[in-house]
Amino acid sequence: MKSSMRKLLTIIAETALESVLVKDLEHLGAHGYTITDARGKGSRGTRNAAWGESSNIRLEVVCDAATAETIAAHLQQHYYEHYAMILFLSDVTVLRPEKFCR
Amino acid sequence: MSTFDPVLLFFLFGLAAGLMRSELRLPAAVYELVSMLLLLAIGLKGGIELARQPFGDLALQAIAVIAMGVMLPLVAFPVLRYAGRLRRADAASIAAHYGSVSVATYAVATAYFTSRQIEYEAHMPFLLAVLEIPAIIVGILLARGFSRDMHIGKMAHEVFLGKGILLLIGGLLIGWAAGPEGLTSVKPLFFDLFKGILALFLLEMGLITAGQFGSLRQYGLFLVLFGIGMPLFSAVVGATLGYALGLSLGGTAMLAILAASASYIAVPAAMRISVPEANPTLSLAASLGVTFPFNVLVGIPLYHAMATKLFAVTGG
Repeated sequence: MKSSMRKLLTIIAETALESVLVKDLEHLGAHGYTITDARGKGSRGTRNAAWGESSNIRLEVVCDAATAETIAAHLQQHYYEHYAMILFLSDVTVLRPEKFCR
Repeated sequence: MSTFDPVLLFFLFGLAAGLMRSELRLPAAVYELVSMLLLLAIGLKGGIELARQPFGDLALQAIAVIAMGVMLPLVAFPVLRYAGRLRRADAASIAAHYGSVSVATYAVATAYFTSRQIEYEAHMPFLLAVLEIPAIIVGILLARGFSRDMHIGKMAHEVFLGKGILLLIGGLLIGWAAGPEGLTSVKPLFFDLFKGILALFLLEMGLITAGQFGSLRQYGLFLVLFGIGMPLFSAVVGATLGYALGLSLGGTAMLAILAASASYIAVPAAMRISVPEANPTLSLAASLGVTFPFNVLVGIPLYHAMATKLFAVTGG
């Protein structure tokens, strides 16, 4: 099995941002993404997804390291101050690296 | 308790369950469906009536209601900014919430009016849709000022294509196009089940409202006073306008209720994107934690009594 390393960028943010974030991701070179509804608790209180205003999404992107860093920097600069958002990067092994290149 | 509409008991039930920290909640998808049904039902009902109204009257009423939607946040803003000492963005965002309307409050009012056989202009949902919008724009301008980097396109998208407004307008258009006979096939779902759907919706609203009480405790007395004082003031404005427009007693009371209600769906969504620095917890604590329960439990009968008094005094 031929495999190689890519970055998995996971973003957890408020649902209100979904359409804006998706646009940003595509613009910054992500080839694809996965969104799931999420709930939890953090510095902005319980986000229990009881209704639209208190719900979160989990956005995952697999891409090369450079793209991941560009996206991370962009999000930190534009959204960290005023929105509920965290993001983290991890190394993942993929089978078809060409799918996740710029 | 016999004067209480059963739908309000559902609201109180939800409120009590929420305050006791029960795990009860409507699944998100169900809540969404229930609110869709309510919005469409209200739109359809108004749409049927729209076709029967002369265009000139409608246009005049729409313009008057837009003027009210612009004026209410302009009154609320300085109060919030100077009496409440809130930051500019927060004051602007809360002002926008109070200039716009709550469809849920309107739905409870229709249930109240119907069970008491109070007649009102059936095209009221049209005015409801019209009143949702101006305050959002005023709120954004109050927070931002007129600046060149304002994204008009993004703002318009946010304002007109918000789920709530879209469904309401869609319902109005379908009702208008199909007419009363055309709608008989969908009547069982949208009209016959209306109160049951409203009851479920209010159960969840009770739970959501209870969730706001925590942040209310944190932000204190001013928000509570504003959350009650502002709708009282707006109701007077709404009733006066309704009377001046020559609406019926029921219609005048309904316009007072629309004016008094504070948005908690369309405005928060638009503010989150257009005025991100405004703290959504503050505006929701006021509009959901104070004004919504006040309006549905006390306000609706009060505003109706107010309109009745107005008509009695002026002999209208």
